[in-house]
Amino acid sequence: MNFESARIALQGINANRLRSVLTMLGIMIGVAAVIILVAVGSGSAAANRKRLEALGSNTLTVLPGGFGQGARGGTQSRRVQITDGDVAALADPTQAPSISAVVPSVRIANVVVSYNGASTTPAQELGTTASFAPVRNYPVKTGSFITADDEDNHSRVVVLGTSVAKNLLGDATADPSSMLGATVQVGAGQYTVIGTFESKGSNGAQDQDDIIVMPMSTARDALVGNTGTVDGLTVQAKNRAATDTAQNEITSILAARHRTTTTSSFQVLNQASLLATQDASNRTFTVLLGTVAAISLLVGGIGVMNIMLVTVTERTREIGIRKAIGAQRSHILGQFMVEAVLLTMLGGLLGVVVGLLGSQFTIVGVEPIVAPYSIVLAFGVAVLIGLFFGIYPANRAASLRPIDALRYE
Amino acid sequence: MVDGVTKTYGSGETLVRALQGVTFTIERGDMVAIMGASGSGKSTLMNIIGCLDVATTGTYELDGTDVRDLDDFQLAQVRNRKIGFVFQSFNLIPRTNALMNVELPLIYAGMKRAERRQRAEEALVAVGLADRLTHLPSELSGGQQQRVAIARAIASNPALILADEPTGALDSHSSTEVLDLFQGVNDTGRTVVLITHEDEVARRARRVIRLRDGSIIDDHRQAPTLKAVPA
Repeated sequence: MNFESARIALQGINANRLRSVLTMLGIMIGVAAVIILVAVGSGSAAANRKRLEALGSNTLTVLPGGFGQGARGGTQSRRVQITDGDVAALADPTQAPSISAVVPSVRIANVVVSYNGASTTPAQELGTTASFAPVRNYPVKTGSFITADDEDNHSRVVVLGTSVAKNLLGDATADPSSMLGATVQVGAGQYTVIGTFESKGSNGAQDQDDIIVMPMSTARDALVGNTGTVDGLTVQAKNRAATDTAQNEITSILAARHRTTTTSSFQVLNQASLLATQDASNRTFTVLLGTVAAISLLVGGIGVMNIMLVTVTERTREIGIRKAIGAQRSHILGQFMVEAVLLTMLGGLLGVVVGLLGSQFTIVGVEPIVAPYSIVLAFGVAVLIGLFFGIYPANRAASLRPIDALRYE
Repeated sequence: MVDGVTKTYGSGETLVRALQGVTFTIERGDMVAIMGASGSGKSTLMNIIGCLDVATTGTYELDGTDVRDLDDFQLAQVRNRKIGFVFQSFNLIPRTNALMNVELPLIYAGMKRAERRQRAEEALVAVGLADRLTHLPSELSGGQQQRVAIARAIASNPALILADEPTGALDSHSSTEVLDLFQGVNDTGRTVVLITHEDEVARRARRVIRLRDGSIIDDHRQAPTLKAVPA
């Protein structure tokens, strides 16, 4: 009987192809939306994690000032400037035994870099020290990174990210290493390119190759002024297990040096805990996207119910004939239930296909990662919706009295 | 079979007495024409005989079973196994070919695929449509559609064939063909009940019952009952 119901239901679907396709479209869009949006959510979560991991999981970031600065004012949350003295204190192995390297950096704000008539403003322009490359995980591909000598000598040298090099060459397919040895203009001064970074690609939020790095001393001379302060510190702990100790060491050293008791005057960001926070917020984001998609799936389900009701009304006479020649209630119920479920199942299958195809594209800078559970969930819910929204129309069909149904014109 | 049946619709001032105490018995193997003008109650009677409706009062026994004792499930079974319907407007399932239409009651009876296909083909051959098995109703003439309907009615080998104005929508040539088929069906021992208002149809019957205003006004036999073959 089930097989026959399926056959009869397929005939019903086939008999009104346009309507069936339009109904399926609603379910298809819903299922595809769930799959794609969840994939976008997972993709952005993965990208975030990648970005944080790229920083190195045993690194800590120290930023001057804290959350709520200005809002409270006064001495309570005084904005602390991190000075060269702080950097030296943190780098001192007797004061901070858990710290293996300290990388200070100064931000050079939106200075134009030009070469041979082409110019660009890199997203990140930093003055930093030799340990930047290993600690921040920025391997040099060709040439060399800035050395301690460059820092001491205030050498007018720069290391370029691949995007900056390509922009300066004016050709996206150009080999960045051909910039090696070239003289570029940064702001008002001339600098020699001594190296290029390996391409790291996007971390989901920004292009990590759009970067230019020079010695910190050079940057202070020519571009940011000799303030004796730095804009950020990356601290590398001896190993992953030592990150929490290192965090405590940084906090106590900085608190002592700046005579502040509140830790809100500066921030020590622990990548591991940041990772956890990011993960949590990403999960919320994914759930939100999934919910929006689920609503569209529900709307598709209501569409199925609507069409099934129309179908039942339209085929009242047919139902009467079937009942007159001996169809049981269960036969009619089965026929319309199967029809509704088949509609949503076919729509769901199409939705899975479209969702998988759609997830191949980069959406708003995020490479979607298809979550297998979203496919199962979306398809399963689509079928359940067919069952749920099919019950009422099918029951209505099955409850028709044959004599009334036969008389219906 | 039918004993003191009344059927009323509505109540109070709008009460309609469609049947007012109709009593008769149809023997197995008979071919009966139930005649009457429109509004005489013949359609109501047919619905009751066909187990599509139940009498308000009185009893209707089919094969010794009072249908009032049956629930919906059993009524559907009775319609499926004991009664074959033929309607004025053919009532074939649209967009479904002749063979599938004839198979339908057999599907509902739970018959296996191969067997019901064979039965359906035999039934269609019997009504002379061997070359129209896969045609859709819309591709068949009225006469052919009614023959498919007759094939559907006889496919499940029911004891009673119930036809409601079977020739009402047909030209005289097709009518003759269809009536010949009914006569053939009756000759094989099945009971045939024709609801009609056409004298020509009634002339073919062995017995004619005339209704007016919900009562029998005439009941006479034109030919002897065929000696019943157990169905």
